[in-house]
Amino acid sequence: MSLFELPILSTLGPAAAGGCASGGCGTGGCGTAPAERTSESSRREFLKTATTLTLGAMSLTLLPGVTAGDDTLPLPPHGGDGHGPAAKPMYGFLIDTTKCIGAGKCLTACRVENAVPDGQSRTWVERYVHYKDGRVEVDLVPETGYAESGEVQPAAEDVLRAYFVPKLCNQCVDAPCNQVCPVHASIKSPEGIELVDTDRCIGCGYCVQACPYGIRFMNHDTGVADKCNWCYHRVMRNEQPACVEACPTGARVFGRVDDPDSEISKRLATVPTNVLKQHLGTLPLTRYVGLTDEVT
Amino acid sequence: MEFHALHDAPFIFPNDAHPPWSIMIVLYPYITGMVAGAFVVSTMYHVFHREALRPVARLAVVTSLCLGACATLPLLLHLHQPLRAFNVVATPSPTSAMAGFGFIYSFYMLVLLVDVWLIFRPAIVERAGTASGAWRGVYRALALGVVEITPRAAEIDRRLVHVLSVIGIPAACLLHGYVGFLFGAIKANPWWSSSLMPVIFLTSAIVSGIAVLMLLYLFLCRRSQMEPDAECVRSLSRLLWMFLLLAVMFEAIDILHVAYEREEEWHVIRALLSTKLRFSYLTLQIAIGSLLPLLLLPLPAFSRRLGAGLRHSIAGVAAVLVLVQVAAMRWNVVVGGQLFSKSFRGFVEYPVDWFGREGLLAAAVVLSLPMVLLWGAMKLLPVWPPSPESESGAKA
Repeated sequence: MSLFELPILSTLGPAAAGGCASGGCGTGGCGTAPAERTSESSRREFLKTATTLTLGAMSLTLLPGVTAGDDTLPLPPHGGDGHGPAAKPMYGFLIDTTKCIGAGKCLTACRVENAVPDGQSRTWVERYVHYKDGRVEVDLVPETGYAESGEVQPAAEDVLRAYFVPKLCNQCVDAPCNQVCPVHASIKSPEGIELVDTDRCIGCGYCVQACPYGIRFMNHDTGVADKCNWCYHRVMRNEQPACVEACPTGARVFGRVDDPDSEISKRLATVPTNVLKQHLGTLPLTRYVGLTDEVT
Repeated sequence: MEFHALHDAPFIFPNDAHPPWSIMIVLYPYITGMVAGAFVVSTMYHVFHREALRPVARLAVVTSLCLGACATLPLLLHLHQPLRAFNVVATPSPTSAMAGFGFIYSFYMLVLLVDVWLIFRPAIVERAGTASGAWRGVYRALALGVVEITPRAAEIDRRLVHVLSVIGIPAACLLHGYVGFLFGAIKANPWWSSSLMPVIFLTSAIVSGIAVLMLLYLFLCRRSQMEPDAECVRSLSRLLWMFLLLAVMFEAIDILHVAYEREEEWHVIRALLSTKLRFSYLTLQIAIGSLLPLLLLPLPAFSRRLGAGLRHSIAGVAAVLVLVQVAAMRWNVVVGGQLFSKSFRGFVEYPVDWFGREGLLAAAVVLSLPMVLLWGAMKLLPVWPPSPESESGAKA
């Protein structure tokens, strides 16, 4: 018996089915007993039906509308005329570590604005203390700021230098979190801002693992992935992100990088900046002034 | 860059304090690995005609099916939104490695189901005729209306099983190699990010499949006061030794490569291995789970002097150790990768609860469930091979 005489393969076509397909069975030419024909026929029918149903069900996922397809949101209403840069504004975020004083105002503003659960953070501020004996210590700035926290501070005479580094979503152009999401719940807005579709997220946590910056978390209250989105809802109302508005020293600068007259564009044009974990090739849109080697 | 702060002045990113993947994600590759491994053993008989494995060939596919039926359970228990689980197949993202799971798993299980049905069809049809009462109805339903058995039909079944087993080998490899890829492709995590990860997962999967079959076979033989087939145990021991050697070799290459290059990730990994994973990696995975069985297995695999009872006992002990090794490996990968912060300056506490959806008790239930299913399947289907006379009768 050739391979093509097997029932499942005989469905490939009359040529593949050999003598049976040419009517040989009807004349008894192939020598198959009637009982055997019944057995093979019913099995063939079963396998045919099962295969058709399975392939049919799987092909449903390819229909437009069933799949989410492109992970880019339709363009929201915006100030532009629908053409050129105004239709697709490009935003950027600049952190000036030389200006941050660790006030913690940005942290409270973010938590309130985005209803971030206690113990989880969309943004935080790290304090780096370089001691004269070579030690480097890092800790988190309390939301109240150090003044009201009651924490014992390092003795000034022991400290060589210290600085603050605010952290938030880097809004990577090639975002690993977006790449790994299995269900299109990580989506990029037309402005390049990475968002979470909370109605679609299955809560697998893969995006949390994939973010190299520890920005994503599984929201304890909602049970879905959460992250800083540069306060997209505010930005769409032509407002500044909550943390930027709350910063007393202008250490956080947000704005349109496609507008040469914006503050961020002017700063980026004149001050050397860097990004976090550049070697990973995620191409962050959040840039830093005064980033040191110690910062990860 | 130095990472002395991993010890001296720990600092972790605030969101890293809550590791997102629980013990259920340890179980998922553990169970899936045994699914793939057990199937590979069955193909050794059905495709490569390794006659010595005939006693466990049927047991292997049924075990694979029972384990496979439970493979998604830990994932469902882990998902924060389990009711949306079907989004993975309804709206899969082509860029996500995880999105492939639904399709790869479904395809593999379909192949396995049809394979099992064809292998047991003669027995099902026979029992549909001889059983009485409700059992008769069960077997008639399982026969799916195809109740005639002829020598020609048996031959076609045999060939279809061959074809499906051939298809099943790459499917099983894909099923588990893909699980390794899920971890290996995460560049954010130096403990996971490795192109060898799929190979490591695949070889350890085969190892765990052989080990679980060996244990099941020895246990079932003892329970039914049946003498285990000496050649079968010998053949399983040889396979286990060979694949364990491969698995350990790939695992060693992976870690030695990072250690020798001494790039920045090594400082994290070295700190991890020398502190948090010292027991589970160095003691459990390497010493007890790898080196000891590698030394023990040549006895049942190659020795002709030792008595059968002793050889089988050693094989059973080695199989237990190997299952410990693979469990430790899954733990070390999944949990180990979440024990340090992405700040690379501090370790994270990993909470393990007794109770709850992702607790140790739930994990024990998930691990036991395939064995309960197997017990049921063995009531339903004859997992021991038919006598040569009855087989030759069917072929005539």
